[in-house]
Amino acid sequence: MKLPNGYRVAFAAAAMMLTAGTAAQAAENFTLYCSPQIEWCQLVIAEFQKATGIKVAMTRKSSGETFAQINAERKNPKGDVWWGGTGDPHLQAAEEGLTAEYKSPMLDKLHPWAQKQAKQSGYKTVGIYMGALGFGYNTELLAKKGLPEPKCWKDLIKPAYKGEVQIANPNSSGTAYTTLATIVQLFGEDGGFDYMKQLHKNINQYTKSGSAPIKAAARGETTIGIVFLHDAVTQRVNGFPIIPVAPCEGTGYEIGSMSIIKGARNLENAKKWYDWALGPDAQKLMPKAKAYQVPSNAGVAPPPEAPKVEQIKLIDYDFEKYGSSAERKRLLAKWDKDVKPLPR
Amino acid sequence: MRRSVVLWLAVGWVGLAVLPWYAIEDGFWNFAWLDSYPVDSDVGPALLQGLGHGRWWLLPVCLALAAPLGILGRWKTDPWFAAVLLMAGGFGLAYTLAQGFAIGIRGWEFEALETAFGELGDRQFGMGYGAVLVCGAFLFFLTEGIAARGAIKGDVFVVGSIGLVIALVAAFIFFPITRILISAVQDNDENFAPALFFTKLFSGDIWGLECLTANLTCGVAWNSLFMAILVGAGTTAMGLAFALIATRTGFRAKKLLRVLTVLPIITPPFVIGLAVILLFGRSGAVSTFLEWAFAIEPSRWIYGLPGIWLAQMLAFTPIAFLVLIGVVEGISPAMEEAAITLRADTWRTFVTVSLPLMRPGLANAFLLGFIESLADFGNPMVLGGDYDVLSIEIFFAIVGAQHDQSRAAVLAIVLLAFTLSAFYAQRRWLGRKSYATITGKGDSGLHMHLPRRLKILSYGTALPWAALTAVIYCTIMFGGFVESWGRDHGFTLRHYLEAFSVTTGAHGLVWSGAAWNSFWTTLEIAAISAPLTAGIGLLTAYILVRQRFVGKDAFEFGTMLSFAIPGTVIGIGYILAFNVPPIELTGTGVILVICFMFRNMPVGVRAGIAAMSQIDQSLDEASLTLGARSFTTLRKIVLPLLRPAIIAALVFSFVRAMTAISAVIFLVSANYDMATSYILGRVENSDFGLAIAYSSVLILVMLCAIVLIQVAVGQRRLGRRGAQQFGLEGSTG
Repeated sequence: MKLPNGYRVAFAAAAMMLTAGTAAQAAENFTLYCSPQIEWCQLVIAEFQKATGIKVAMTRKSSGETFAQINAERKNPKGDVWWGGTGDPHLQAAEEGLTAEYKSPMLDKLHPWAQKQAKQSGYKTVGIYMGALGFGYNTELLAKKGLPEPKCWKDLIKPAYKGEVQIANPNSSGTAYTTLATIVQLFGEDGGFDYMKQLHKNINQYTKSGSAPIKAAARGETTIGIVFLHDAVTQRVNGFPIIPVAPCEGTGYEIGSMSIIKGARNLENAKKWYDWALGPDAQKLMPKAKAYQVPSNAGVAPPPEAPKVEQIKLIDYDFEKYGSSAERKRLLAKWDKDVKPLPR
Repeated sequence: MRRSVVLWLAVGWVGLAVLPWYAIEDGFWNFAWLDSYPVDSDVGPALLQGLGHGRWWLLPVCLALAAPLGILGRWKTDPWFAAVLLMAGGFGLAYTLAQGFAIGIRGWEFEALETAFGELGDRQFGMGYGAVLVCGAFLFFLTEGIAARGAIKGDVFVVGSIGLVIALVAAFIFFPITRILISAVQDNDENFAPALFFTKLFSGDIWGLECLTANLTCGVAWNSLFMAILVGAGTTAMGLAFALIATRTGFRAKKLLRVLTVLPIITPPFVIGLAVILLFGRSGAVSTFLEWAFAIEPSRWIYGLPGIWLAQMLAFTPIAFLVLIGVVEGISPAMEEAAITLRADTWRTFVTVSLPLMRPGLANAFLLGFIESLADFGNPMVLGGDYDVLSIEIFFAIVGAQHDQSRAAVLAIVLLAFTLSAFYAQRRWLGRKSYATITGKGDSGLHMHLPRRLKILSYGTALPWAALTAVIYCTIMFGGFVESWGRDHGFTLRHYLEAFSVTTGAHGLVWSGAAWNSFWTTLEIAAISAPLTAGIGLLTAYILVRQRFVGKDAFEFGTMLSFAIPGTVIGIGYILAFNVPPIELTGTGVILVICFMFRNMPVGVRAGIAAMSQIDQSLDEASLTLGARSFTTLRKIVLPLLRPAIIAALVFSFVRAMTAISAVIFLVSANYDMATSYILGRVENSDFGLAIAYSSVLILVMLCAIVLIQVAVGQRRLGRRGAQQFGLEGSTG
């Protein structure tokens, strides 16, 4: 008897499947998980390769997705460095022991806020840029509705703005959690939650993603979006009628961070990247990549489009306390219980 | 002695004694390992590893592979033949897997083994060429042994196929899904915590019913269920209307209609949602017009149930259409003619004869729409408003600020429970009745025309819908050619140039556009996975419809599982399962192909089952009686009658591989970046122009691919149907 055809088919299928097999992984010198926008990733990598000759294999994912991936890969890490993305998941990764300690010789060239955050994380993460929290409004809609310009956090809870404000759900978005923590630090815990309850009445939708409110504002789907200021600047630069506002009471901020993944296979190259990324050559690329945050290297001037640091009243944000998972869980549970179920 | 046993024995020994046992880190087609072969302990074959490199635990594998040598020369009727094959295959497979899981990259994987045997002092990597061949041989011995015992009339092909599908489903569906669902009963430090599981399962935000009493939203489970039923029913009805128009009327612009019904299925995620916002949102074109013309205050009504429903209807109606058209066309006119001869009018004939015969199609279309709606991620993300659904909650439980994998697993279990219930409801509704109308007997009738009121109803629903689809697609295509979609409508080619520019460099053409890299990868992965997906899907359908064996229901459900689970859960499950030996696949293209294969296989299965239950088994039996083996019967009789199902499966799996997003996010790597993950990155950064330009190109590519598939597979001819009366062209879109 002859070989059943079914097996030949199965065999051919298996062989075909493997043609998509792995290729040329040895040629690379290290693997970067990149969380900011892709143009920025590509630009920085190109410059790094020019400067050092080290080849970089890059995968771009948002910071939440990268955290989930590094966590899932913890038994056999595939990445070396995680560059960019908001600081919260970086701090969480540090807390859970997913990232490695490294004291870069570049540390003392950084702004005090970056040095402080690095110290608080046990040198497992470091700031590469800073972005202040605030909100943006759509000038056309505001004029059409005849509403006053909001300037402060307290303005947003005025009844005139009912159904006109959007913010993300702090359970899903780091941006909204930073807002919650900022409000609590500004007005105290009781005052802060009172504020959130009043704000709740004006919210038309809690979005899932942190930057969605300003995108909705840009397209006229909502009047005001509470976001990081640089996201509002991006919409403005893209030609939408958005005015970014740094609230008058003062505001919190995020530190876009970088960490070396624990168990990195190419540690030497990872460290080279780490030091280089904190230096002026890397950080002065930000405006070219349409990144409007403040660089962490004290010697690099912020992009001209970025909100002026002098005009923003920054609070002394306690990353150690509000970045810890215990405090986060407590605040989120309280928000879920006291704010979310209220009628609007 | 069967030649196939000898052949597989040879394959097994080549895998054991010649090829490297472990995966080569440089890639499957990289042959740099030949330099150090076979002395280097990383690339040696298992036999040498066991004898020379101190990896003694590989030696029992050799023993299991040696056993079948003893039965060379015996006949398959000999009881020893079956016994030895069963033992060798069963033990070999079990042992190979056991040693793979027991010893990993850091020595013993389990503490109990470490205490029992002491520290190992060695480690092993993922399985490679050798291990794959040896496992294949063991699997074959096992199934051959079972067949020789007389299972399924001793049919080696069928038993082998069942064994193969079960092995693959176990490895690539059950294993990764178990890896993640197990975290439902763990706390976040991976300790066993069953009490926490029940707290999470019965929490108010899943099952709350506040929406009935107050102005609040209900629990996510109810939201999802309600939406899925609405979408399942809606897409089935709309799909039926299109299918009836396409097969049973003289409608002229059928070709155009088909393109329109297929377009949504080939649209990358997020794009439909965005277009809906630009039309119906608070500042959308339609809303602005209504305000200008009738002074209707623009509102945010689209965000929530209406928006998700509209977008999902647009996206999933084509799936229902693809499933239904084959079934509607396959119904034998003889039955209808009999009814009409008995003086039933066309309406009565349709309701009492045609419609009941369409049940398998209707049930499968509803099931697919229901499941798709539950698992859909892109549309609720853009249009959900405060209407929370399970798929989104699961995604943000994993990637959101809380990083609560255990909550995600609990929600996934709820979602699975819904799918399971829908699946059983469908089975009960279809019952044990026969829907076979393709019998091989004289069948030269023509379908009756649609009853008048049904025709009006079909046109009345399908045509406005087609118009809406057309408007949405014009909006999308338009978005790629303007400076800033929804804001600055000055004409530009800038987005296309940025994505797809080609320049001439010193060494010929340079693909300098930003999108080329992910574009070619996507095309390659989709082209490889589509035929594999269709193949395994239809094979499974054949087994399910035509064969009887123990555990068939569980088998069928197993094949549906991966479809019902949201991509995010699958993606994380794949990382957890395939990032460490024995099956180490992360960072390769293979993991993408496998993920697509097993995620999209259910559509092939559903389409295959729906089409196959119309084909009378007497056709198979005639072929078998005439001496053909079951494989020949499948190839020469069943497959040609299945052409619409083949097209549906190929088209769907190709398109899905190009448009899937949620699972893919976690599986792409530096060398294998996919189009959708690139587009998502652009959308996140509000760079819609490039995202839409890229999507438009993908849509064109997929349209070409669909036409190619249609031409390559060809049409099914059933009697005189389709050809003359209505001037039809094909049978499926």
